Amino acid sequence: MTRIFLFLFVICIMTFANYAQNIEVCETCPISSLQQAILQAKDFDTIILKKGTYKEHNISIDKPLTILGKDYPLIDGELKGEVITIIADSVTVDGLFIINVGTSYTEDYAAIRVKRSNHFIIQNLVLEKLFFGIYLEKSNYGRVYHNKIIGNAVEEYNSGNGIQLWYSNHIEIENNHVEHVRDGIYLEFSNDCLIKNNVSTENLRYGLHFMFSNNDVYQDNTFENNGAGVAVMFSKKIKMLNNTFQENWGTASYGMLLKEINDAEIKGNTFKENTIGINIEGSNRINYLHNNFESNGWAIKVRGACYGNHFIENNFLYNSFDISYNSKVNDNTFDKNYWSNYTGYDLNKDGIGDVPYRPVKLFSYIVNRTPETIILLRSLFIDVIDFSEKVSPVFTPNNLLDNNPLTKQIVW
Amino acid sequence: MLKILKYSFYDLMRSRWSYVYFAFYLLLGMVLLFLNNNLSKAVITLMNVIIVLVPLIGTIFGVMYYYNSKEFTELLLAQPLKRSSIFLGQYFGVAISLSMSLILGLGIPFIFYGLFKSSAIWDFSLLLITGTFLTFIFTALAFNIALSYENKIKGFGFAILLWLFLAIIYDGLFLMSLILFEDYPLDKLSLVGTMLNPIDLSRTLILLKLDISALLGYTGAIFKKFFGTNFGLIISFTTLVIWIILPILRIVTKSKKKDF
Amino acid sequence: MVTIQNLHKSFGKNTVLKGLDLTIGNGGIFAILGPNGSGKTTLIKSILGMVIPNKGSIAVFGESTKHQSKYRHQIDYLPQIANFPNNLKVKELIKMIKDLRGKTELDKALIERFKLTPFLDKKLGNLSGGTKQKVNLVLTFMFNSPLVILDEPTTGLDPIALIRLKDLIQIEKQKGKTILITSHIMSFVEEVSDEIVFLLEGQIYFKGSISDLKTKTNQPDFEHAIASILQENHA
Repeated sequence: MTRIFLFLFVICIMTFANYAQNIEVCETCPISSLQQAILQAKDFDTIILKKGTYKEHNISIDKPLTILGKDYPLIDGELKGEVITIIADSVTVDGLFIINVGTSYTEDYAAIRVKRSNHFIIQNLVLEKLFFGIYLEKSNYGRVYHNKIIGNAVEEYNSGNGIQLWYSNHIEIENNHVEHVRDGIYLEFSNDCLIKNNVSTENLRYGLHFMFSNNDVYQDNTFENNGAGVAVMFSKKIKMLNNTFQENWGTASYGMLLKEINDAEIKGNTFKENTIGINIEGSNRINYLHNNFESNGWAIKVRGACYGNHFIENNFLYNSFDISYNSKVNDNTFDKNYWSNYTGYDLNKDGIGDVPYRPVKLFSYIVNRTPETIILLRSLFIDVIDFSEKVSPVFTPNNLLDNNPLTKQIVW
Repeated sequence: MLKILKYSFYDLMRSRWSYVYFAFYLLLGMVLLFLNNNLSKAVITLMNVIIVLVPLIGTIFGVMYYYNSKEFTELLLAQPLKRSSIFLGQYFGVAISLSMSLILGLGIPFIFYGLFKSSAIWDFSLLLITGTFLTFIFTALAFNIALSYENKIKGFGFAILLWLFLAIIYDGLFLMSLILFEDYPLDKLSLVGTMLNPIDLSRTLILLKLDISALLGYTGAIFKKFFGTNFGLIISFTTLVIWIILPILRIVTKSKKKDF
Repeated sequence: MVTIQNLHKSFGKNTVLKGLDLTIGNGGIFAILGPNGSGKTTLIKSILGMVIPNKGSIAVFGESTKHQSKYRHQIDYLPQIANFPNNLKVKELIKMIKDLRGKTELDKALIERFKLTPFLDKKLGNLSGGTKQKVNLVLTFMFNSPLVILDEPTTGLDPIALIRLKDLIQIEKQKGKTILITSHIMSFVEEVSDEIVFLLEGQIYFKGSISDLKTKTNQPDFEHAIASILQENHA
């Protein structure tokens, strides 16, 4: 259905293209403002904005137009409010440099907002000094490509998100770079989206934030040094592939937070040097495959009510704690993972250790209970009590075992 | 003092025990490299071993050296030498030769394995620095014990007990008291508790390197300041230095009052 | 040369010296005698500063020894048990002591006297007790200090070495040195010493020449004189 629709759309554009005109805007031209050009333009015209500074805000694009910046013309919103609002279908905005979006406690001003419109393309923009960056509101079938969003957020309550989706489906977000905003990319009630090849770093809260959004895919993204990593909440059937989560350090910080997530697939991701690699709460039937957990404080922290999850063929490398559980019940399986903390042997040399591995240590329980005890990590005494727990489990789930721990790191 | 140091050092460098100690570390380094096939991983394993083993060897060796060289010490005492220089000379002789065995024994296999081209070089240097600190601290403690007890058996007994206490029992008591008082703010207590035990202190230095991600998961502001900045590193090293100076001062005062 | 006043020393509950006063003049050989536990070694070690007195003062060549170490340049001491670092060679040990104390050329003659040349390149750990004692003697005499203290110098020596030691002691005496000796061998004491100091229960019981002692105890020979003192005091 989608494809046919797109096809028709392309045909339409080609037909109209013959009639479309170019309108040039520059500081000394007859038309010296974008708003003026939009008023004069006919549907499917292309407005070419030449290099220069345009002090404008509340620009409303109400017809299908292509707005093309040449050499990054600067649109300065002078902190007066929203800069561009798109309220028509089939709009393309390309190559602009937008700064100084107004901040408000009552309205979410954005550098560029798409409102109840479909088939838009927003690409090659540079956004700075912003409140919200790109805000998609009940708009579908759009593409947000190769934008650079650099905020200067300091406090959560008066800062906005880099790319925000609200009730917007079938959106492709690719090759964007977002930093120093509240949430790098935020999705709420948005389904069937593809988030690919983005870099989201140094954001106050989350690099990526999902709420009530289903069937989305995010892959090949890098989330680094964000306040609390990536949060995926209350969503179904999400695919998370080949992403990198690293250096998310702090008290309530993690590479990824999964909360009420069902039937997801988490494959080929790298979690490196996070306080917690993945923090899981109430998430079921998730397959964790081929992920690397490296040098995290806790590779995986399971906090209750997680059933039917499978952890298969992952690498757990030099984490302070591999797995932490807060209950004695376990309904998840661990199989054929490589654990660098494994000390067993492999007599028949089939690459599978002959002794099962217990990834949950007694000490992780103690630390859960009294966090200050973390200072005793790697103490000989702790090794002794961990060993006795390993021999006869009392506090940790008895069946929480990897029966086939691999003896060599897995390479894909 | 330097002359005594020189002779004690040469004496030890030629003794069987230095070779045994050196060979032991050489072997340990090679076995770990062979088993792990990976420099960084070998360094991590080694850190766990070092903070327990170095104190043990330092204490035993220090006590043993003191008792074995007792008659020679008496010979020296009759010479026109200051008591403090005799004992400090012997102490530094033992501590330096032990540190040399440690550094060379571990350094050689790692250098051959390509340490200088590896990113693990900083971790490895930290390991050797910590090991050297522990050697100096525990040799000094051993000399203190030996100076206090004429009886060899008693001296050895106390030395082993001291090691056992600081390496294991202390942490057990520490853990219990933390759990017991978990309703109170504990970050100060836990940091002070760490400072009071040189083994824990060295462990903290290693944690700062290996487990910083986990340590930053804790909420306490003091903890955060300690582990999140260079503050922790500076305090730890300062305290380690104090841990060397105090036993040395006691060696000096104790030796001044002692009868031989 | 050595002046000791009111010297007290106890080890724990065991009081060894109880207000000992002693003056040793210049030149001559003094034997310090006494039953086991009478405080001979403690006295010597106090003079050397190895034992720290509870009370009293010691002056060597007119200077107090308290917290000092330099005065030991004037003293040669032969310890009772000769035990040296086992990994050192004899040659190295001699060199080391010279390095610690200062230059001397006397060692060569002493090595010659005790026929130690073949042992110079051997490690001390491999030497017999007697040979070690000879090394010990070399180390003691090579500095030519005015005060010599010998604690059981005859231990482990063969008869030839013993004769050589006696000769040596006489030579040193003629140089005008003061020599303090403790020994259990009465004949040796009788033969070499000019004066004896007899310690009993932490105090000087007798100080004078051997003939004075014989007169005092009414005994014909030295050994019996000593024995009678001991019997008297135990009776």
